[in-house]
Amino acid sequence: MKIAIRTFSYQDHLNEAEIQAIEKACADYEQRPAAAIEALQIVQKQRGWVDDPCLQAVAELLGMSDAELEGIATFYNHIYRRPVGRHVLHLCNSISCWLSDVDELADHLRGRLQVEFGQTSADGGITLLPNVCLGCCDKAPAMMLDGELIENLSKEKLDQILSKLHQGGENG
Amino acid sequence: MDKPLTATLNIEQPLDLDQYRNKGGYQGFARALDLTPEEVQQQVKEANLRGRGGAGFPTGMKWGFVPMGEDSPGRKYLVCNADEMEPGTFKDRWLMEGAPHLLVEGMMIAAYAISASVAYLFLRGEYRLCATRLEKAIREAEQAGLLGENIQGSGYSLNLHLHTSAGRYICGEETALLNALEGKRAHPRAKPPFPQVVGLFGQPTVVNNAETLCNIPGILRQGPAWYQDLGRGEDAGTKIYGISGRVKNPGLWELPMGAPAKEIFDLAGGMQHGLKLRGWLPGGASTDFLLPEHLDTPMEYDAIAEAGSRLGTGGIIALDDKHCPVGMVLNLIRFFAQESCGWCTPCRDGLPWASEILNRIESGRGSQEDLDELQRLCDFMWMGKTFCALAPGAVEPMSSAMKYFADDFQQHIDKGCCPYRH
Repeated sequence: MKIAIRTFSYQDHLNEAEIQAIEKACADYEQRPAAAIEALQIVQKQRGWVDDPCLQAVAELLGMSDAELEGIATFYNHIYRRPVGRHVLHLCNSISCWLSDVDELADHLRGRLQVEFGQTSADGGITLLPNVCLGCCDKAPAMMLDGELIENLSKEKLDQILSKLHQGGENG
Repeated sequence: MDKPLTATLNIEQPLDLDQYRNKGGYQGFARALDLTPEEVQQQVKEANLRGRGGAGFPTGMKWGFVPMGEDSPGRKYLVCNADEMEPGTFKDRWLMEGAPHLLVEGMMIAAYAISASVAYLFLRGEYRLCATRLEKAIREAEQAGLLGENIQGSGYSLNLHLHTSAGRYICGEETALLNALEGKRAHPRAKPPFPQVVGLFGQPTVVNNAETLCNIPGILRQGPAWYQDLGRGEDAGTKIYGISGRVKNPGLWELPMGAPAKEIFDLAGGMQHGLKLRGWLPGGASTDFLLPEHLDTPMEYDAIAEAGSRLGTGGIIALDDKHCPVGMVLNLIRFFAQESCGWCTPCRDGLPWASEILNRIESGRGSQEDLDELQRLCDFMWMGKTFCALAPGAVEPMSSAMKYFADDFQQHIDKGCCPYRH
């Protein structure tokens, strides 16, 4: 009788550039698991999010258990464990933005994109997420779009940004 | 007036290494290398620098707990806490974007003062521009031989690494930060042992806030007496104060320690047209409300404490008369509930509970019993009952709002709606 043995190797799931970048991060620390957050960010940068095989691969590369790394991945607001759209929009919902009536912008975005926070628009274009204070309190309301901070938001400014993204999406 | 924190700050295009050196940059570090580490500690003690992250602990004293001398552990760490996530706080971002070399120099001097061989700059991931500019400053310092092995022939070696986090408020708590740096879930650790003795990877470690470290080069370059004289009242040095909310010109200013809150409000041009100030948080989301009558209070640790709050980060948040105080507290408590790490029960359960009650009251479905329950929760989550300061920090704006804006809370219950909604 043949027994099927399931083998798993991180090399099957991470590319060479990712492995090298993770190894470089490991060199900054006494212990390999310390590079966990950097490693997850490296993987996410290429792929948009961290899927199960990649999470397992990173865990193996760093000498951690899958569960341990999952506990870290899900601990942080900016590690995505589910697929995201082509663009990720984090709208700040903390106090200085609240005082600048960001709730109205949140309603506007939900209406325009036809999604709730945590969801991706039907065309796969934009994932809408909340964010805690982005440190833009003097230029509230603010958001982070694909990693870039955008300040002094208004409905008009949001509409312009969304139109530009939409055009970009159709062209690219 | 001297402004050592912002004298070399340029937000559009920060000074590169040569430009920074031409303005006196890295002279503080050179001076430190001429002294023994213990002497550097003494300079900072004499300067009476207190931590700018929120707690105000004397920096020199913090360093003083690190084991020194030949028998001390061979590997020690200096960590810069730049995980600025306190709502209403944006001072460290300004310093790091505008004066990256100042922070790098501050870290180098602090590392030397405790004989650390490795330093980490723990930066919040959302600050991408900070990361780019800090990375560049670190590379320039490495290439100039200011970092690495046997710096300037002094026999002292230091490696400095940038660690970019991925967004979680609790990482700003110093022992949670150490767990995060080790690649563990960022729960706070029990103290003692204190990080200065058993810290990162079990080695002696000092964690200092980014603004605190930016104060160090000036102290070494111009001396403790000069630094002491910068302060206007009890506390030494200058501070980056900020203000946000519905003021005319929100922003940041470097002022002498002890400048009254009113001066910051005046620099911001006062409240926007047609709005009146109801209350203000002196230093971020986790500080108690103060009232307009407290505006003359010097923005220094003891004076703000006597007024019933905390200086915290020095980032003032102004509440105007068109925004509901209950709504504001609900927003703050939702933040703390989301960011609780879940390690201890009062915080993990108490904050969502408080958030639910506040939501009920704010939407006009609250009862008198809810108010009593909120008061009980303030006690349930207070100091000594939780593992770290997160939940007590959340209680500060909540309990003070219930004291100062009791009538607003009561109206929500009596009228069955939020009186601020049109």
